[in-house]
Amino acid sequence: MSTEGFDDVPGTILFDAERSRQGYHLNMFCMSLMSADNRARFRADERAYLAQYPMTPAQADAVLRRDWNGMLELGGNIYYTAKLAACDGLSFQHIAALMTGSSQDEYAAMMLAGGRSPDGNRSKSEWKQRG
Amino acid sequence: MARIVAGVATSHVPAIGAAIDLGKTGEAYWQPLFRGFEPSKKWIAELAPDVVILVYNDHASAFSLEVIPTFALGCADAFPPADEGWGARPVPVVAGHPELAWHMAQSLILDEFDMTIVNKMEVDHGLTVPLSLMFGQPEAWPVKVIPLCVNVVQYPPPTGHRCYMLGKAVRRAVESFDRNLRVAIFGTGGMSHQLQGPRAGLINRAFDTAFLDKFTADPQSLVKLPHLDYVREAGSEGIEMVMWLIMRGALDDDAKEIYRFYHVPASNTAVGHLILENPGLPQRPLAAAQETTSRPNVADPEVAEESVAR
Repeated sequence: MSTEGFDDVPGTILFDAERSRQGYHLNMFCMSLMSADNRARFRADERAYLAQYPMTPAQADAVLRRDWNGMLELGGNIYYTAKLAACDGLSFQHIAALMTGSSQDEYAAMMLAGGRSPDGNRSKSEWKQRG
Repeated sequence: MARIVAGVATSHVPAIGAAIDLGKTGEAYWQPLFRGFEPSKKWIAELAPDVVILVYNDHASAFSLEVIPTFALGCADAFPPADEGWGARPVPVVAGHPELAWHMAQSLILDEFDMTIVNKMEVDHGLTVPLSLMFGQPEAWPVKVIPLCVNVVQYPPPTGHRCYMLGKAVRRAVESFDRNLRVAIFGTGGMSHQLQGPRAGLINRAFDTAFLDKFTADPQSLVKLPHLDYVREAGSEGIEMVMWLIMRGALDDDAKEIYRFYHVPASNTAVGHLILENPGLPQRPLAAAQETTSRPNVADPEVAEESVAR
């Protein structure tokens, strides 16, 4: 079974077996935020709440800093990290803008203008050329 | 015998559900999108199916990383809306059709599709947003629903070909159920969108248009599309479109497209919508195919022109 070729898609992380194993506890922490009680306990003391989940210090740090790309790089999955965003009262589009490094206004304007074009965004080589 | 009479494809963007629940459907941003579903609501009210088989993906709501079924069939009496992190959507509890669902599970498994049987499940926006788009905001959903969940979160999702073949098996399952039921099947998710990372916001109108064009008349050309092509061309979450192929497989080869709508954006996503009818059904053409791009507060003449022209 091959994941060949996916590595070449720029700005994109494939949630494959390796990421899933790496991010299991990080994602299960996010999953726990589906309960209102857990959200309240997390908000009351984020570090103490996170200590219940045997994630790596780097993963816990990415959560505390709300490093949305960092969480994905450490095995987080966007559908799970979105639950953390929801807990923070942020919309999906809000964290999408943060992950792309755009302001909220710039990102919203890009979407209204038809979104990010696939042209120039298919291969990492195209991003390299762009610098 | 039960039979599948029609298919509906639609995106299931969570922001669409939020717009409905918060009463924003008349706002400039949302109005063009909801207008595109008005003919569909009239159509399905007339069609009045007894059951909808609703193909969607759970977004880490009912299933976590603890259990990841590739194909799961909801066999329960009822499916409550899930709390996805901001409270459950204020929509009715979804009533199932356990007799048909269990019959389908047995038929599919003996037909070599090894379904996971689910007797307790909450349903997230993937299932409830398509219901809202097609049925509005009723006190109770006017149809029984059989959820068919497909894993598209953990790589690898099933192939497009496997989904298409499952659709054919779903049809055999429905047609071997000894009760007169009119069944519609919804394939949901897509179209092009990427929610994660620095490439978030990707929309590929050309890819989506080609997909819509081939979907009814030439699905064979789509079932071979590799996952990598979806991810590269339609964004990492564009892979959801394999679920549409289950719906296509369940319909006749010569099913007819009777309605199409395409709209950019809903939050981060391109919204695509098709209605297909099997030939046995009297054809009732809906309004002409539509395509819009919503651009409130944007004074770009080229864009405004596009919005009107399409």
